[in-house]
Amino acid sequence: MNVSEIFETMEYGPAPESAAEAMAWLEGHGRKLGLFVDGAFTRPGKGFDSRNPATGDLLAQVTQATSKDVDAAVAAARKAQGKWAKRSGHERAKYLYALARLVQKHSRLFAVLETLDNGKPIRESRDIDIPLVARHFYYHAGMAQLMDAELPGVEPLGVCGQIIPWNFPLLMLSWKIAPAIAMGNTVVLKPAEYTSLTALLFAQICQEAGLPKGVVNIVTGDGAVGEMIVGHEDIDKIAFTGSTSVGRRIREATAGSGKSLTLELGGKSPYIVFDDADIDSAVEGLVDAIWFNQGQVCCAGSRLLVQEGIAETFYARLRARMDKLRLGDPLDKCIDVGAMVDPVQLKTVRDLVDAGGHEGTVYHAATPLPAGGCYYPPTLITGLQPAAMLMQEEIFGPVLVGTTFRTPAEAVDLANNTRYGLAATLWSENINLALDIAPKLAAGVVWVNATNLFDAAAGFGGVRESGFGREGGWEGLRAYTRPRVATRPLKQIAAADPPDSAEVSGLDRTAKLYIGGKQARPDGGYSRAVHSPRGKLLGHASLANRKDVRNAVEAAQAARGWSKTTGHLRAQILYYIAENLSARAEEFADRLHDLTGVHATSARDEVDTAISRLFTYAAWADKLDGAVKGVPIRGIALAMNEPVGVIGQFAPDDAPLLGLISVIAPAIAMGNRTVTVASAPFPLAATDFYQVLETSDVPAGVVNILTGSHADLAPQLAGHMDVDAVWSFSSSNLSTVIEKESARNLKRSWVNNRRTRDWTGPAGEGREFLAHATETRTIWVPYGE
Amino acid sequence: MTGTSTQIKTTAAQLPQVHETRNPGMDLDMDWVASVQANTSAIERRAATLPGRRSVKKEYQAAWLLKAITLIDLTTLSGDDTPGRVQRLCAKAANPVRRDILDALGVGPIHTGAVCVYHEMVETAVAALRGSGIPVAAVSAGFPAGLSPYRLRVAEIGESVKAGASEIDIVISRRHVLTGNWRALYDEMREFRSACGDAHVKAILATGELQTLRNVARASYVCMMAGADFIKTSTGKESVNATLPVSLTMIRAIRDYHQRTGHRVGYKPAGGISKAKDALVYLALMKDELGDRWLQPDLFRFGASSLLGDIERQLEHHVTGRYSASYRHPRA
Repeated sequence: MNVSEIFETMEYGPAPESAAEAMAWLEGHGRKLGLFVDGAFTRPGKGFDSRNPATGDLLAQVTQATSKDVDAAVAAARKAQGKWAKRSGHERAKYLYALARLVQKHSRLFAVLETLDNGKPIRESRDIDIPLVARHFYYHAGMAQLMDAELPGVEPLGVCGQIIPWNFPLLMLSWKIAPAIAMGNTVVLKPAEYTSLTALLFAQICQEAGLPKGVVNIVTGDGAVGEMIVGHEDIDKIAFTGSTSVGRRIREATAGSGKSLTLELGGKSPYIVFDDADIDSAVEGLVDAIWFNQGQVCCAGSRLLVQEGIAETFYARLRARMDKLRLGDPLDKCIDVGAMVDPVQLKTVRDLVDAGGHEGTVYHAATPLPAGGCYYPPTLITGLQPAAMLMQEEIFGPVLVGTTFRTPAEAVDLANNTRYGLAATLWSENINLALDIAPKLAAGVVWVNATNLFDAAAGFGGVRESGFGREGGWEGLRAYTRPRVATRPLKQIAAADPPDSAEVSGLDRTAKLYIGGKQARPDGGYSRAVHSPRGKLLGHASLANRKDVRNAVEAAQAARGWSKTTGHLRAQILYYIAENLSARAEEFADRLHDLTGVHATSARDEVDTAISRLFTYAAWADKLDGAVKGVPIRGIALAMNEPVGVIGQFAPDDAPLLGLISVIAPAIAMGNRTVTVASAPFPLAATDFYQVLETSDVPAGVVNILTGSHADLAPQLAGHMDVDAVWSFSSSNLSTVIEKESARNLKRSWVNNRRTRDWTGPAGEGREFLAHATETRTIWVPYGE
Repeated sequence: MTGTSTQIKTTAAQLPQVHETRNPGMDLDMDWVASVQANTSAIERRAATLPGRRSVKKEYQAAWLLKAITLIDLTTLSGDDTPGRVQRLCAKAANPVRRDILDALGVGPIHTGAVCVYHEMVETAVAALRGSGIPVAAVSAGFPAGLSPYRLRVAEIGESVKAGASEIDIVISRRHVLTGNWRALYDEMREFRSACGDAHVKAILATGELQTLRNVARASYVCMMAGADFIKTSTGKESVNATLPVSLTMIRAIRDYHQRTGHRVGYKPAGGISKAKDALVYLALMKDELGDRWLQPDLFRFGASSLLGDIERQLEHHVTGRYSASYRHPRA
């Protein structure tokens, strides 16, 4: 078209970003890329093609790492780790700072290469991905600098195996590598098979930054390489971002291995529009929510919930907006929606819409699709019921599904009607409504009147089957550090053997289970005689079974009102428990002496420490402050500490009273409800303790106490879908079964891996427990009138 | 919203009535006004990302810049304006781009959207532009503050129309917005419109003084309900003039008004738009939010004085491949 024709049509025309520099970089490597191990690129080996999804053109050949390669990478990381961790925080900070600067210096090269490899529009890689990458390294340079002063008493985990997805290749690399190396870990990272190229360019800037050899290692390949990392014996931690199904497999595979694990998985995040919202802005927000990166975003606002009264006008405006989206060559600077990452992903999305679209009304944006390439039009499916397949399943493409709601309560109910819990968006001009709803949404991140805001200072991560662990902020550092505490292997602690003839004295006392605020006989009708080491019959302890677990979890779920109580109220109740325990201190000391045979003074010490522990968590109940994060927007990003929910607990077998209180008290102080299985060999301190609870105004169902075999109950409690977390300090070998069973609903787990913990000392209480008793929810509230 | 059937040739006369039924206005609908929301931070985010989302290059850029010229209300609103100064401005309006540049681009003669002056200069401008097809716009109603006696403000409009202005840019009483007296704003606007007769009326909201986008949005609706043909951001005399967030707010109001009433109201950002690049962003904003129909001078104008000079330099660069200098282009 000539100028005077364009003058009439006013079309946009092509605005291509040059790929020349990126192509030259690939040519410089002969279009064959090796791995990055121990500070050097390996000779390219057998591998696979990396293609541009917009054209299908071959970009380069990438090496499929062998198990030998992975061993070499892990060995290099191991060798480097001690020395890297010993450097001062400032020295590590200088390297992270250099990486941040180098990302900025090569920003356009990274952006173009990312777009070539992934298919996302150059606008996104240039204006969003790469600046966030630099920001992440800057931020964590600061964390390295501050570690020595601000995080005394923690140490790095060691060698971290990191597996990242293809939707934000370099950004996810930065989210993984920056905090890990800042805290003194070394890493072996595997980029996704579809998108390895920017990770290898990053390897080059690690060389330019003079990063010590072995601190960062990049191995490329498919899922098989991921499995090698997950299964590697010399790796201390696995961090994974990707699909829920793979995350579940990793949880199972690492169960009992002692590896730390954080998972950032899928989502079906609600996008709620109330009738008082700025509708045009909410419509525009959806462009950033579901048509950002072709909808291939784990936290995409993919489930639209609109208040009934405005639904029709909202849909009409949304469809009009969709028609204005420009789809095409991702390297074009005037494109909103690029190519999906791979023909396989395109087919997945197409198949899902074909299979479930008929349950609603499908609208495809009236935007022309380029011939060839992995393109799928922006799509809206309205009129779907919550039961529809597409309302439940993650599509991971540019497909928005929608339904309506009538009231705020119904909006929350529908929003939370999902197995996932990554993010949520809500739009309302009413501050009361917005701030009321935000904390009620089952999501690790909530955006108010905005969507898909990210920053290194603000924690990101999910609840439910969206995974566990946070990335970003101070809370994100917990994924790469642990308390510096010496532990020993924990031996099985057995109950006293029954004597040939038991000494029986006094009136029979019945110890029951404690469920929903009531003493309950065990469903199975079985009990176990409990003897003192000297052979005295102390009583009978119920043997709980799976039905008792079910009942206890139901009672705990029914007590959800506890999670909404104030810290002040919970503090008073914890003090009251302490007061009532103190009144019966002698009796409890005698019981401990009888049960375990410890000296009377030690028994009395344990009771006194337990009383002190209750005071500790009464103190904490209203003091685990959240935070306001220094994010670069006009607005606030709140980090709110929310209760996890229902926590299943296996109390320590040693310290039958102190251990019990050490796990219950932090949990309920933070607003959780517990199903706590008492010390298996010494259960009667716990059954005495429920009498204390009964007299201390603890609402029914907040604490539920079971007795019985830890080994029998562990799979029941860890496998229960309505339990949100499981802790185990048992001396029985439960870690494997708990971690494996927890994979079912991807509940958080905290197990001792059969290592000791000093319940009487500082390791027995404090922030580590509080961290496990809370989820950090980040609530973004941009403001301004 | 608008198909190619409504596509019009810019070479046709520019007066809006040629193409559209004028917005007759409607009764003041306070429910509608009260329901209007404008989320500032969300609007700012959209405005901030727009320049990164849209890029127009090469011959497309040249064509878009030519289009921008045809949308300019070439303006002088200075205390030292003289007939000579206004005549120069009118000559520039009729020949905004050097002939050799237009020839190289392969386009025929173009002219600006209008010339915009104070009342005292209307007759001079009308005379200077006779036969050019370029309308004269007069700022009016106590421009810029709108605080002179009400009957004089109304009378001023009539005087300017009588002097030959076919477009009247009136200023609204900001105090009515700031005190929430929407009825007073509506009545005033109604009367201004009626004083304009057949001349088209642009309502200047002075958005920089309305402070909040919610105020801007509500004032936009009230003025449209009262029959404004155009809504316009600023006098150019406020400390903050046209901005992208304000523009987004106003054009979304225009879109909503069109959807509900079927009447297209025009938009004129004024003040602060001085770079060719800014003009491209505004065109993209109109194209994406309102549609191609709003890229014609009967529905879109730039109130600008120095924008033209930057566009001329960019056009010469397009033709020669070399960056230009301002002295190479005839002065206004």
